Amino acid sequence: MSRNPYVRPVSTTTWYMRNGRYRVYVLHELTSFLVMFYSFLTIFALSALAGSAERWDAFLASQQSTAMLVFHTLALLYFMFFQTFPWFKLAPKAMPVRVGERKLPESYIIIGHYVAWAVISIFIFWLAGVV
Amino acid sequence: MSTQIRDIELEVMRYDPEKDKAPWFQSYTVPCNEDWVILDAINYVKDNLDTTLAYRWSCHMMVCGSCGMMVNGEPVLTCKTFVRELPDKVRIEPLENFPIERDLVVVLDDVMQKLHKVQPYIIRKDDPPAEDQEYIQSRGKLAIFKQLTMCINCMCCYAACPQYSLNKDFIGPAALALAHRYNRDSRDQGKSDRLDILADHDGVWECSFVGACSEVCPKHVDPAAAIQQMKIDGAMEFWKQKMGIPGGKS
Amino acid sequence: MEHIKADVVIVGAGGAGLRAAIAVAENDPKLKVALIAKVYPMRSHTCAAEGGAAGVKTPDDSLEMHFNDTVGGGDWLCDQDVVENFVEQAPRELMQLEHWGCPWSREDDGSVAVRPFGGMKKKRTWYAADKSGFHILHTLFQTSLQFPSIKRYDEYFALDLLHIDGKCRGVVAMEMRSGRFFSFDSSVVIMATGGGGQVFPFTTNGAIKTGDGMAMAYRAGVPLKDMEFVQYHPTGLPGTGILLTEGCRGEGGILVNKNGYRYLQDYGMGPETPVGEPVLKTMELGPRDRLSQAFWHEQKKGNTVETPWGDCVLLDMRHLGAKKILERLPLVHELANAYVGVDMIKDPVPIRPVIHFMMGGIDANINGEAPMAGLYAIGETACSGLHGANRLGSNSLTDLLVSGKRSADHAIVYAQQASETGNEEVLKAQAEAIVTGVRELLQQGGSTETISGLRREMRTSLEEGAGIYRDEEGARLTCEKIAELRERYKGIEINDKSNVFNTDLQSALELRNLLDVAETVAEGSLQRRESRGAHQRLDYTERDDEKFLKHSLCYRQPDERPRVEWSDVLITRSQPGTRDYSGGKK
Repeated sequence: MSRNPYVRPVSTTTWYMRNGRYRVYVLHELTSFLVMFYSFLTIFALSALAGSAERWDAFLASQQSTAMLVFHTLALLYFMFFQTFPWFKLAPKAMPVRVGERKLPESYIIIGHYVAWAVISIFIFWLAGVV
Repeated sequence: MSTQIRDIELEVMRYDPEKDKAPWFQSYTVPCNEDWVILDAINYVKDNLDTTLAYRWSCHMMVCGSCGMMVNGEPVLTCKTFVRELPDKVRIEPLENFPIERDLVVVLDDVMQKLHKVQPYIIRKDDPPAEDQEYIQSRGKLAIFKQLTMCINCMCCYAACPQYSLNKDFIGPAALALAHRYNRDSRDQGKSDRLDILADHDGVWECSFVGACSEVCPKHVDPAAAIQQMKIDGAMEFWKQKMGIPGGKS
Repeated sequence: MEHIKADVVIVGAGGAGLRAAIAVAENDPKLKVALIAKVYPMRSHTCAAEGGAAGVKTPDDSLEMHFNDTVGGGDWLCDQDVVENFVEQAPRELMQLEHWGCPWSREDDGSVAVRPFGGMKKKRTWYAADKSGFHILHTLFQTSLQFPSIKRYDEYFALDLLHIDGKCRGVVAMEMRSGRFFSFDSSVVIMATGGGGQVFPFTTNGAIKTGDGMAMAYRAGVPLKDMEFVQYHPTGLPGTGILLTEGCRGEGGILVNKNGYRYLQDYGMGPETPVGEPVLKTMELGPRDRLSQAFWHEQKKGNTVETPWGDCVLLDMRHLGAKKILERLPLVHELANAYVGVDMIKDPVPIRPVIHFMMGGIDANINGEAPMAGLYAIGETACSGLHGANRLGSNSLTDLLVSGKRSADHAIVYAQQASETGNEEVLKAQAEAIVTGVRELLQQGGSTETISGLRREMRTSLEEGAGIYRDEEGARLTCEKIAELRERYKGIEINDKSNVFNTDLQSALELRNLLDVAETVAEGSLQRRESRGAHQRLDYTERDDEKFLKHSLCYRQPDERPRVEWSDVLITRSQPGTRDYSGGKK
């Protein structure tokens, strides 16, 4: 008769400011904006490539300006610290690997990810003619 | 162990729907033994200072799951939160993301209904072993789901989950982990029965792997891991069906 | 007041209540089951049981041996027909639980494992790490969810029984969150509300163990049987009373006094066994009553260790090694670390006996039938004569299942055949009277007493006069004290006047139940003038089979001390003998 459960309001716009855990999570999620940026950059690059040799050269030059180099470096670091490292650390949780009856230690899976990353990176550098 | 006394000021959220329009805070000063848990301090308040304070507790040994509350903004079991690790001022509130019934008591109807929804029991398609024979289950097979059986239903994970805070239809960490417990139990054959609920958009896919649930879980059940594993399971099921491969056993 | 009709009402949703509910639902899905509990099922105190559930499993074991261990452990106060049925049904029930998904620990070959336990000649305790009760409870709760005929009423506080002419007609309960009263109308009520360890100051029991069902039956004229038999578990953490399972000793843990001496051999449980190689029914695997009594003697001799929480002895687990401890006893390791700051891998843990279980309870027979038609009692709430004067560890978890199933099967037959009707007006008046009583309690002024104060005095008095050792003077003083506290109860004032989740009122109602239970424990302690099992008298040190090979039956007498009568023990195969815990080497 006298019940009146009280629902504490949760803000859909500022909920992530509630505690440190949420704030860090949102910093992870912000990498999606960087992904969006690089998607558009890729489309732009492809369009330049499909255009003319001058347009391609102009594109390459634009990406080598100091401002863009700083941006790319910062973006890479942000990706590494707020995407790659945490994601690798969580990988064994999402895909526990069993060998017979025993569980593979988490460190094996994490190291495996780093090794794969290194190998793929080297391959791309080789493709790009850097290595 | 030390038996020194320290005065702790508890700021406790109160709410009596028959008197209050909204919750408010009441302060109590409690002389605490250093080996107390915060639940001991709350019991002190009830026994000596204010018998009207309403809250749930029972076992005082982290196994019944009754005493979950927000202590200085963190969802914890109050019987497992030691006063020696807390500052002189402690704020105590009912578990986040649940409607407040009265004082520190929250309404748990939603999660109870969700526990029910995921069909958390052994489902068989084939016959079970004979009445006097157990399923043979090796230690390795038990180890696959054992951690998931440890959930005491304290609901701290729901208090921590931002998705649940924004969308009360989300089935949520404990219920999903419980479904996974049965999916991974070698004796169960009900994975396909549970699939519809889990693969629904309020099921595993509402989770965005914030991971707060696993961080606060007092029994280290790791519901976040369970949910991600179910996403992979779900995706594999989807492709198996698409390619006409008969569904495998769990 | 709302009336709810049900075919079977079960009060209490712990292991026994849930097992009974499932049994009814499986047997006859057309029967409406109302499962009422003052807490959500997962909170029931079954969850705190750690060690395991006994049932004959290995080929070198037999029902006969389990029977003899139980009857001897109970110091021949057991009703042997009940024990016979129990040992026979035990393996079936435990296997059923396995089929329902209980994560029993396993042997190397994948079959269910069993471990040694106190007072048992063979290894027969099925276990799920050191959280057996927890897993049993959750398995039963989760299994129960698939039966639509079971309707749960969570957080409904049962107040009193409805009964006419010696026949049960239901129970009145208060919905905690609204303060509304409900009359559950049924010819069958199964009491599964657990024990009342909260009457004592040091107990493994959680806050909810307030003997509600025992008190309700008592107030309705049903006798409580063998209430003087309360079990001290030898290894509880000092201060909090938190349980450290007997499994610690089963895995090889030893008990030493302040001199590092394994004192149990001085009390008829020797000879000393090699460290880490426990021998069943000897030394640390002796029965709980003997171990707790040994502590009392050691304390008197000054051999106990002084700690900030009082005198203790030490449980030494170090020789087990980290791997075994963390695999078999992870919860216990965590508890010792958290609550007394001791890592049992590195140091011995201070422990002391704490109240753990009540062998006594509602007078029930082999089918769980109480002397009131339609009323059943199962689990710790009941005294069926299974445990006798002292319960063996791991028998009670199995009893939840065996008594739950058997009573449900009988209750179903009763419900289907003998459904009582008529006298509706009388029942309504009875229900109204119960509610009026609660309302009057809420309005009660005076404020001369507090709930916590009366509770403290009750507990202190019981520990003094009805503790590990008793005597005439001490027990009598406690009986008088409890009587005095019942009078003073009229002076408490309930400060919380809200209808919504009034835990102040709940505490007062629970105190009322506790005082009822305490009264019977004290009276039984006084009137049983012998020593048997868990009831030890300093002034009557021997067992007296001539006068006291009987159950005590305590009947409530309003405004007077209770009346105690005596009933015979049912003996079939095992004639009273001596309890031998000397490793078979006499």
